[in-house]
Amino acid sequence: MKTEKEFVKGNEALALGALRAGMNAYFAYPITPSSEIPETLAREFKSPEYPEFKIFLQAASELEAINMVIGASSTGAKVMTATSGPGFSLKQEGISYGAAMELPFLVVDINRVGPGLGNLGPEQSDYFQATKGGGHGGYRSIVLAPNSVQEMAAFPALGFSLAFKHRCPVVILADAFLGQLKEDTTFPKIAQEQFETPWATTGARGAERHVIASLHLDFADQSKHSEHLMSKYEEVDKTEQRSEEYLTSDAEVVLVAFGVVSRLCRRAVKELRAKGVRAGLFRPVTLSPFPTKELKSLVDRGIKKFVVVELNVGQMVFDVRLAVEGKGSVDFIHRLGGFLPASSDIVSRVEMISR
Amino acid sequence: MTTLQDKAAGGYEVKLGRLSTLTGKPTHYCAGCEHGVLTRLIANALEELGVREKTVLVDSVGCSVLAHDYINTDAVQVPHGRAPAVMTGIKKVRPDLLVFAVQGDGDAVSIGLLELIYAAIRGEPITVFLVNNAIYGMTGGQMAPTTPTGMVTTTTPWGRNLKDTGPPLDATKLLAGLEGPSYVKRVFLPVAPMGSTDLYSARGSLEGAKSVLNAFEVQLKGGFSFVEFISTCSVNWKMSVLESKRYASEVLTKIFPPGLYIDKMGIEKK
Repeated sequence: MKTEKEFVKGNEALALGALRAGMNAYFAYPITPSSEIPETLAREFKSPEYPEFKIFLQAASELEAINMVIGASSTGAKVMTATSGPGFSLKQEGISYGAAMELPFLVVDINRVGPGLGNLGPEQSDYFQATKGGGHGGYRSIVLAPNSVQEMAAFPALGFSLAFKHRCPVVILADAFLGQLKEDTTFPKIAQEQFETPWATTGARGAERHVIASLHLDFADQSKHSEHLMSKYEEVDKTEQRSEEYLTSDAEVVLVAFGVVSRLCRRAVKELRAKGVRAGLFRPVTLSPFPTKELKSLVDRGIKKFVVVELNVGQMVFDVRLAVEGKGSVDFIHRLGGFLPASSDIVSRVEMISR
Repeated sequence: MTTLQDKAAGGYEVKLGRLSTLTGKPTHYCAGCEHGVLTRLIANALEELGVREKTVLVDSVGCSVLAHDYINTDAVQVPHGRAPAVMTGIKKVRPDLLVFAVQGDGDAVSIGLLELIYAAIRGEPITVFLVNNAIYGMTGGQMAPTTPTGMVTTTTPWGRNLKDTGPPLDATKLLAGLEGPSYVKRVFLPVAPMGSTDLYSARGSLEGAKSVLNAFEVQLKGGFSFVEFISTCSVNWKMSVLESKRYASEVLTKIFPPGLYIDKMGIEKK
């Protein structure tokens, strides 16, 4: 990439962002609508511009790909894979192991319509799977939700940073719309973070050796390990909540939306304001940890009406209700099947609710 | 340090006593199980090659899930069947490392067949040791892909039925049909009954020791190596240890003929 500003698809931006962040290895399995990510990386593979990018390999299955990620990650490398809905289900085994093994890798889910094969349009229906564990056993991944092509480009660096800081898998949850959307995107020169990996399995030196395992047959051992993971999740919850607000300071009704929907809602807020409804927007940037603190502060400021807008049957709305703690109303607007709601639909619903 | 030698098997030495490549912890393997023997052979080869500091062992799921408790190298414990994929990830990033896994037959050729086949197709410079004891050992004796037709297991109490489950899977033959692997071999590892006498030959261990060493050397030269060890599981076969050796020798070797199937680098001629 010669120029710093490019007119690119979200998927391309994400791939280029990962390269700029110094990604070492990518393990691919094609699935629409995420395939431009491996395609872009294959194109850039061996480019002198990205000397850190040493491994690109197409696996024979989603399972093989995520387990290659586990292997590469155990050496301390910056590793990523990307997929979409059905493939994300298959990745869950590896994400559960990655959580238990405390491996810092990135998994990107370009959410398409589900359940089952669904279709290739956008949905946000993998929210539960991404934020509530998704695989077996109790664990949490950090989940980042970009809402622009610019953020698709920026979040791999943030993802690696958080993954290595907390030693856990990080999920970037975008959707088919963001993956396929083209926008002007700048790629600023960023300093590639180098991470200490004293835990990596790269050959025992002297008497010291490293074992990365997830089996703890002794209950006391397992309990200790599980408590350690739990305290990590508590630390993440305390320190990594991220959110954005738009016109909330005097708002009487606040829309809550993430990803591409947050941009529709921003427009809806403007339209509502033009009609005299004091609306605002709260946008979670991290879906896990969920930005409960900031959302709760809106409640504490006296805001009593919240409207959650999602492309699913109602998933984030539960987290919003938990944060609001019954101290306000939480309404829910949804759109399914690959459609985005028109901002006019959101406006008329919110007008009704706020009346 | 004592050594065992067998001139007929090429004058290869098996070192006895403590090795830096072993932790010294007693294994959980059952009496008469070949997993314990193989652990020793692996430690011996790592010691002989002097590669302990650049080795990563990949624990698979099954009886070898705790292999790192006994083999004193860096180790990564992985999901059921996925060892070859994880090894690929490690080896791609760190081609300087020696990476190997001990997999059972359920792990490698049932749930993990895709991972094994594709690593072999790509010719990844990794090593898979397959302990084929024709049954799921760790989970308590269920039918494996390698279970002989007619064998009674907890999931085939009537005996494995050809019509429903097909014939036993020959992993070595399957890999030998691919272009990727550099070294594919099947070794009869148990002590072998010598006729109807009370004498047993330990030649399998010596052949095994040599094969482990060869497999590592092939990997270090950039090739995919695979050694299947015909083994026993007397506990789940519901036999005495000696009966199980006889069964393996008389029945399993017919279904899974030992031999050198691929040796692209001519490692055995050296």
